[in-house]
Amino acid sequence: MYGLGLIKGLGITLKNILFLQRRNTTQYPDRKASIIDLAKLDNKNFISYAFTNPMKTLKSMMGMIVISDKVDQHPRFRGEEFSWYEERCTGCASCAKFCPLGIIKIVTDQTGKNYAEGQNYDIETFDIDIGRCMFCGLCVEACPYDALHMGSGFEEGQYKRNDLVIDVERLKKAEKKPSTWFRPQLEQKDDYSPFDEEIAWDKVGRHQKPSKKDLKNKWIRK
Amino acid sequence: MSLNSELVTINFGPQHPSMHGVFRLRVTLDGETIVDLEPVFGYLHRGTEKLAEERTYVQIVTLTDRLDYVASMSNNLAYVSAVEKLCNIEVPKRASYIRVIVAELQRIASHLMATGFLLNDLGAFGTPLMYCFREREKILDLFEILCGARITLSYMRPGGIFQDTPQEFWDDLELFLESMPNQIDELESLITGNEIVLSRTRDVGILTPEQVIDASLSGPMLRASSVKWDLRKANPYEIYDEIDFDVPIGATGDTFDRYLIRIKEMRESLKIITQCINLIKPGPVRNEDVPLIIRAPEGEAYVGIEGPKGELGFYLVSDGGISPYRCKIRAPSFINLTLLKEMTAGGKIGDLIVNFGSIDIVLGEVDR
Repeated sequence: MYGLGLIKGLGITLKNILFLQRRNTTQYPDRKASIIDLAKLDNKNFISYAFTNPMKTLKSMMGMIVISDKVDQHPRFRGEEFSWYEERCTGCASCAKFCPLGIIKIVTDQTGKNYAEGQNYDIETFDIDIGRCMFCGLCVEACPYDALHMGSGFEEGQYKRNDLVIDVERLKKAEKKPSTWFRPQLEQKDDYSPFDEEIAWDKVGRHQKPSKKDLKNKWIRK
Repeated sequence: MSLNSELVTINFGPQHPSMHGVFRLRVTLDGETIVDLEPVFGYLHRGTEKLAEERTYVQIVTLTDRLDYVASMSNNLAYVSAVEKLCNIEVPKRASYIRVIVAELQRIASHLMATGFLLNDLGAFGTPLMYCFREREKILDLFEILCGARITLSYMRPGGIFQDTPQEFWDDLELFLESMPNQIDELESLITGNEIVLSRTRDVGILTPEQVIDASLSGPMLRASSVKWDLRKANPYEIYDEIDFDVPIGATGDTFDRYLIRIKEMRESLKIITQCINLIKPGPVRNEDVPLIIRAPEGEAYVGIEGPKGELGFYLVSDGGISPYRCKIRAPSFINLTLLKEMTAGGKIGDLIVNFGSIDIVLGEVDR
């Protein structure tokens, strides 16, 4: 019968509107809060919450209260706000050399504290221009000492371009929540999630110091 | 009484709701009939081939993400295969399987986009497109588990893939494989039997086998005109020779066939993924002898793979340095565009949009 295909199609659309729409929609950044959500935030039973806060209960029933909601991310998420460990960094600038766009600027001071022992330089400048960064993660891959990691956040909008340049002070102060992108040792830790906890510099690396053989394998073709 | 009319030249695009990206068509019309048509492109030209000449071999992987940005995995695969051929790099078996799995997932995602936007161009605004996007979202989530990005993936490296897959990926992949056949059925029952779609697409923009072979078309465009040519069968790369799958071909070569081929190919891709999951074994995923900065020997290499849109090829010439001397990209969308005039000239202007949508071009690839 002519037109049967149309009716069939409309049936599918109707099915999707009635049953599947809500399941497939992710609310971000806010969602409407129910009484149960509000009670959970207050650590209370929702019945006792309703008695103690009748106005809020009424508002939430009318859908006037919104709470912020997080989106699902995976541990390998390549986000902004790089996690950089000062203690691990030697100032070798492998990351700067390997960046396809050349947006990492490193200036080291040779008169630094550990220069005499030949261990690491003092890092004066470590600028990452995330306004131009494409988050390919090659700098993280190139880092031989596991000092630089991708971050896990993504809500770093700024009003000025210059604010998008992460400098060394900001890197030091930033939350150390490294993503597990190219860091298999973090994935082997059972319950590590970059969105919950910070991790200290001595627990984040594969090794204290890579051997000469490791470095040769990484950089020089046999 | 006869009406005197003269030819009118109009510009379709670059800013037009039915244009896929920034693309312009200079169309000469006689009333509603198309007399002449000339594609004008270059609005998205970024000089990828030139940029590749001053980057190292691994850094170019990030450039290839941005060519065909709805099928980054296939671009990565084509590029790293070319580097591997140039430098004689061996790929571990497990990496090959994972590459095939992600390339087929990407093919499904790309075909979903093509189908959705074809329907969007036909006037079915939103609904079918959103159904396609809903399924594509699941694939993008799978990619996020793998490599932390959804579109610009940079997943593959010369000599394998960058890191092994987490267990979460295999669990989610199984769920996806369970649900996807039903979703394709739903999509097909929404579109394939629909009388409006049929009347708009049947016998519109017919391409004969001779025409498509002469213009060196490839991919679903070629197979819709009943030419059985698939690089996965004709020149098996990676592990495609171990896998059993069909190459669907169309009957007449009209726009409806081009849509139907894509639906059938999605089913074949699911078959390939299922077989790969059964065959895959634990092992290394990256050739450890390959350093980050590769110094390729002097010479040249061309590798073409069957991308979602057709034969995607990279031709690399090396002078022995750390970056290629020349990098030529054979972009399937660009070559598939060449027959647009033959498809549409003599037809109505309404059919132009349908034909154009059925080619499935991505401007990042056309302009490079």
